Amino acid sequence: MIHSLFLINSSSDIFLEKHWKSVISRSVCDYFFEVQEKAGEAENVPPVIHAGHHYLINIYREKIFFVSVIQSEVPPLFVIEFLHHVAETFQDYFGECSESAIKDNVVIVYELLEEMLDNGFPLATESNILKELIKPPNILRSVVNSITGSCNVGETLPTGQLSTIPWRRAGVKYTNNEAYFDVVEEIDAILDKTGSVVFAEIQGVIDACVNLTGMPDLTLSFMNPRLLDDVSFHPCVRFKRWESERVLSFIPPDGNFRLLSYHVSAQNLVAIPIYVKQNISFFETGSSGRLDITVGPKQTMGKTVEAVFVTINMPKVVLSANLTATQGNYTYNPVTKTLVWDIGKLSQQKLPNLKGSLTLQCGAPKPEESPSLNIDLKIQQLAISGLKVNRLDMYGEKYKPFKGVKYVSKAGKFQCMAITIWLYIFTNKENSHLKC
Amino acid sequence: MSSGSGFGDEKGGSSSVGEPEYGHDPASGGIFSSDYKRHDDLKEMLDSNKDSLKLEAMKRIVAMIARGKNASDLFPAVVKNVACKNIEVKKLVYVYLVRYAEEQQDLALLSISTFQRGLKDPNQLIRASALRVLSSIRVTIIVPIMMLAIKEAASDMSPYVRKTAAHAIPKLYSLDPEQKDQLIEVIEKLLADKTTLVAGSVVMAFEEVCPERIDLIHKNYRKLCNLLIDVEEWGQVVIINMLTRYARTQFLNPNVNESLLEESGEKAFYGSDDEEGKEEKAEAAALAKRKPYVMDPDHRLLLRNTKPLLQSRNAAVVMAVAQLYFHLAPKAEVGVIAKALVRLMRSHSEVQYVVLQNVATMTIKRRGMFEPYLKSFYIRSTDPTQIKILKLEVLTNLANETNISTILREFQTYIKSMDKDFVAATIQAIGRCATNIGEVRDTCLNGLVQLLSNRDELVVAESVVVIKKLLQMQPEQHSDIIKHMAKLTDNIQVPMARASILWLIGEYCEHVPKIAPDVLRKMAKTFTNEEDIVKLQIINLAAKLYLTNSKQTKLLTQYVLNLAKYDQNYDIRDRARFIRQLIVPTDKSGALSKYAKKLFLALKPAPVLESPFKDRDHFQLGSLSHLLNAKAGGYQELPDWPETAPDPSVRNVEVPEWTKCSSREKRKEKKVEKPFYSDSEEESGPTESADSESDSASGSGSGSESEESGSGSESEESREESESEQEDKEDEEDKRKKKKKTDRGKVKAPAVESPESEESSGAEEKNRAQKVKGRRSGSESESEEEEESESESSRSESESESESESDTDAKKKKKAPVTKPPPKQAKKESKKEKKEMSLLDLDDFEPTPSPQVTPVNNFLSSSLVTDLEGLSLTDTVMAPTTIAPSGSVKTYELLHRITGEGLGVEYCFSRQPFSPDAHMVAVQIMFTNNTNAETKNLHVEDPKLQSGMRIKEFPEIELLPPGEMVTVVMGIDFCDSTQAANFQLCTHIRKFFVSIQPPVGELMMPVFMTENEFKKEQGQLMGMNEISEKLTLGEKCQNEHGIVQRVTSAANVSRVPCGSDKECRFAGKTVSSGILVLVTVATKEERAAQLTVNCEKMVIGTMLVKDILQALTQ
Repeated sequence: MIHSLFLINSSSDIFLEKHWKSVISRSVCDYFFEVQEKAGEAENVPPVIHAGHHYLINIYREKIFFVSVIQSEVPPLFVIEFLHHVAETFQDYFGECSESAIKDNVVIVYELLEEMLDNGFPLATESNILKELIKPPNILRSVVNSITGSCNVGETLPTGQLSTIPWRRAGVKYTNNEAYFDVVEEIDAILDKTGSVVFAEIQGVIDACVNLTGMPDLTLSFMNPRLLDDVSFHPCVRFKRWESERVLSFIPPDGNFRLLSYHVSAQNLVAIPIYVKQNISFFETGSSGRLDITVGPKQTMGKTVEAVFVTINMPKVVLSANLTATQGNYTYNPVTKTLVWDIGKLSQQKLPNLKGSLTLQCGAPKPEESPSLNIDLKIQQLAISGLKVNRLDMYGEKYKPFKGVKYVSKAGKFQCMAITIWLYIFTNKENSHLKC
Repeated sequence: MSSGSGFGDEKGGSSSVGEPEYGHDPASGGIFSSDYKRHDDLKEMLDSNKDSLKLEAMKRIVAMIARGKNASDLFPAVVKNVACKNIEVKKLVYVYLVRYAEEQQDLALLSISTFQRGLKDPNQLIRASALRVLSSIRVTIIVPIMMLAIKEAASDMSPYVRKTAAHAIPKLYSLDPEQKDQLIEVIEKLLADKTTLVAGSVVMAFEEVCPERIDLIHKNYRKLCNLLIDVEEWGQVVIINMLTRYARTQFLNPNVNESLLEESGEKAFYGSDDEEGKEEKAEAAALAKRKPYVMDPDHRLLLRNTKPLLQSRNAAVVMAVAQLYFHLAPKAEVGVIAKALVRLMRSHSEVQYVVLQNVATMTIKRRGMFEPYLKSFYIRSTDPTQIKILKLEVLTNLANETNISTILREFQTYIKSMDKDFVAATIQAIGRCATNIGEVRDTCLNGLVQLLSNRDELVVAESVVVIKKLLQMQPEQHSDIIKHMAKLTDNIQVPMARASILWLIGEYCEHVPKIAPDVLRKMAKTFTNEEDIVKLQIINLAAKLYLTNSKQTKLLTQYVLNLAKYDQNYDIRDRARFIRQLIVPTDKSGALSKYAKKLFLALKPAPVLESPFKDRDHFQLGSLSHLLNAKAGGYQELPDWPETAPDPSVRNVEVPEWTKCSSREKRKEKKVEKPFYSDSEEESGPTESADSESDSASGSGSGSESEESGSGSESEESREESESEQEDKEDEEDKRKKKKKTDRGKVKAPAVESPESEESSGAEEKNRAQKVKGRRSGSESESEEEEESESESSRSESESESESESDTDAKKKKKAPVTKPPPKQAKKESKKEKKEMSLLDLDDFEPTPSPQVTPVNNFLSSSLVTDLEGLSLTDTVMAPTTIAPSGSVKTYELLHRITGEGLGVEYCFSRQPFSPDAHMVAVQIMFTNNTNAETKNLHVEDPKLQSGMRIKEFPEIELLPPGEMVTVVMGIDFCDSTQAANFQLCTHIRKFFVSIQPPVGELMMPVFMTENEFKKEQGQLMGMNEISEKLTLGEKCQNEHGIVQRVTSAANVSRVPCGSDKECRFAGKTVSSGILVLVTVATKEERAAQLTVNCEKMVIGTMLVKDILQALTQ
């Protein structure tokens, strides 16, 4: 399926290549470079490129293009998912999936790739198994290895590969048995000019860090499982139990993993934790404009909203911004035309405000497009959907583990629309249902 | 020494120490100069007897390979170390060998013996890796050795080694395709393997080596379906894709009746009322029209077992299941994939890209599926352009009359985007919406015209092009827009837009007779400076004007043509020459010139703006070929459904033959560990079930059987009941049984049975199904037979009990709908209950004519009919004599108990006024819980209705105990249309998409009026509002009674007293808007008759005529 893999950095250097079948010349990447140039930005490179007798399927992660060469029909998502999985494995092994990390650990990378694919078909992809086959690097081991000449390749077949639970290695031992669950929710919302919600939804994940001895069987239940509208599970979760009882029953992998990602049904009203009052206007005469933004908390359930950032992509004609912020500070990047206002914590008493004038390019026409605001925020100790973990039970092992659950809410893609002039185009026509 | 993998952990840190050894930057100087020397010391290190030195050398060599540098000259030095004891050195040597063996085949042979030794190693890891390398080195000479090794490994004890063997198969095949036959044998053997570990890999090998040998799958089909959920993710994708293809060749199209049903839908609804005489004929006709469809249990097994995988974290698995459902599932069930696909849209942008492409294709075929998720496709300013454009495509595909206003409002915001490509795409999308949805065409057009004053030229240009296309559809009404656009020629510079404007003016010059010549004048002035496409259009404009208005434009045209004559571009010169010859009359002008007008001013068909994703679904969704819209190498065409299903018995597994392979030890360990991952429910441990002998014969049977048994006894009960009530039913029964016997022969191909018949006699069906099963596998397993006889006896028990139970049962069931029975009807209650009882249960069937579906009203005594009448019609003024017997209440299926996973739901139009809202049609819904678990919180959610329609949900049913049945009433205001009301039926665990579509006759309620009133009303509804049709009455309805019965069963109308016995009159009014509906049937000689329907709403009138006609003629 996957014939070869090339890793390409942002300056178009191929810094790693791996072939699973016969060798394919790296000149095949010229097709890729051609398309990349045409696309301009990295994210606009189409994931599937037809290159003569080959097909290039690529992903872009951490400023690296993972370009795989395919020779025959294969589900594109199969390859894309696999490449992302490779990137995640690197992240898992080296702490980051950067060019330098890969270059520094090129041998391990090579061994990993060798193990993950056989003849282009995935062989061992579970992190628990890979870690038994190929030990992740750490200082101590590298010192020991260099002295004794021993290796970081496992000598025996990982038991997980053979057991019926391929995601967990056998014989796990910890002195402190702990299981932590992070419930992280993101709010995706589009607000219109008046601040009313066009579209809002909550997506969440439960990330787990489980360090438990032996072969524990966990059951996690929620106070309000009906909130979860659409879920996807780690393969360890028993689907039948969820279908019938709405509890998560699983034998966890060892270490960090994503247990569940979910979507809160659209019917439930999404509590928008903040509101934004904004007014950005450009004057018809003279080359200037005004900007006035106020942010305030709303429906936060008594928690403080932290790490608030407002990012505005200004129209091209805006040269500079002369603003005053009552809280936090702002920066305007005249090259990328982005205005970033770092507010920090929101307090109920004093609403942060950013006000001032914008300087426009002389003689240029007044910009039509009104910028939209992107907002970033964080609320600790709160799952905005109201999801609550009820209890965690463990079966199959004798000891008592330490358990913990943490909730965080974040803004995902949180966007406020500004004025749209096009609105009144339809209104002066007879179709009343289009009136806005 | 310490470099290698060592210091990567601490980023930056000490890495500089190791740098010089590595030469991190391939371009950095010095590498080439020191290259040879370096290789020398590498060789030295490899020759040393210290493992650590060897390891270090190998690491450096692998790093070179990784960076794409040539290390082939080290081959002899490296290959020596293949027998090294140190496992890591060995591994790295393997890596090197796999990379270079193809180039140095002779030297590579030196290593073979090591691998052969490795293949015998007691450690399975070493066996596996030896096989992996041996099969990877691509040296043709060793093909026989490889073949031998693969064969041996295929029956290895360790499943891991067997998996490696499966991987080796395609490698060998690509090296030497002549080994195919032998390899297929190995594949066949491995396909029979029962471990999840092997399944994915061997199917992969199957796909690469012999995808056409679909027959190898038969025996393993059920096993694969059952194992699927426990296979690792990547294997799941491959297996699901393969099974999709398999199912396409083995099962019947579940949607085969869809298109036919739409046409003959109404006919089918009313057919069931017929008396038996006609039955046979009608059935024959129906059969001829459409083959009844019953889903193969194996088909169902596949759908059921893949569904949980929609919840997978792996996007590829979700997509694979989605495409499987799209290609294989009955239309009503495809909807479940929408939510999962929408979820994938939150993943990485590459995943989004692929998913959106597939969604775009799906939305063309099944728009309704994604409509609830419209907002998920809204575009964010942060999306990459390619994603934006795909989302736009999906939004456009989803646009319909009801949501167009929201979508257009969304589009308005997109127009403001800074991303110009995206804006252009939006404008095109608006154009497409305008062509598809006539109602908003003007709005869109006006909006686009406004855009013409936009400051951005690209926007203007794109708008012009789209407006041009729109105007072509109805130019007459838009001369002002054309005028407006004519003015724009002064400002717009984009050539395409200018050309479009000129073409428009030329094409519709008669609408703008004053302006057109002036535009030409201006253009003539600037001709030399225009772009080529503009010049061509100027010439066209000139020609057209010359033909229509030669007085004013003759000179101008000459001038333009002269200019064009000396143009640099030969196209333009050619065009000018051609046109001059054609339009300017000269002495020797050819024969063509008199047709010039026809040539130039012919009516041009409006362009069709359609989605680029149209018809993409002939490629299997989710495939590379689909994405590229071109066939990729190795693409396996998705076969068309077969006309008749191939023999399903090929999938029966006879004897578990795997026992001979060495997996005994494995099985033991499996038994211990199994409970961990396989769920303890009925379908538990797919692998386990494969192990247990008794099950193997009916892998698929087990699930469906237990499901069916729940309902079996119930319908049996009802049958008993009806038998005791009516004698001729008995005959019916006999007939049916006889029929059955004749059917038996065909039973093997269950597709012969119509779905209705299956429904009709649940118990019988089950009985039969078991017999079939019994016969299928009877020869093989005795136990199966026994089981059957057991269930038979239990059934007879339930039969005897049924009498006593039925009364109480019936009461329970009936209570809900008849909440407020008028006091005078109370005494009839019990009788009615019995009546209803049989109605409710027999109506398991759909009303299509078929012998099993004996119409209920056959055995209704007339007194019963009138009793029923009295209950169901509340118009108490009506004298009993005027009441037409309304026949039976037909029930329709809302949710089949298999799709509903045990919850069966039916509905009927009770024809009672819906008290909370008089404008609503009362729909009686009957829930049957066929599972053995309680169903809770049954309620309606998320109704999706056509605009104006309303729904009044029934109160939530808190609890439905197993085996019980509950009836509730809900109201739906259909707005006097036969549009279906779609909504979700939710239980505490599941949601089902269902829809209720009313036959037109149920949209009305009876009205009582006198003959005079009738005539008066009829007098006012003449002309367009009257529809009459001649007909020949069917055999059974020649007398008045027959006619009345037929008409009232087809439509909820009441009879109007009438003096003449040649005429029957009926009156009703629509429930929602109260419009009168008058029906007259005038009988003449020789069964001839005339049917007249008067109704203000012509649509209702026409449909009603069709329905009644159908009812009367059969």
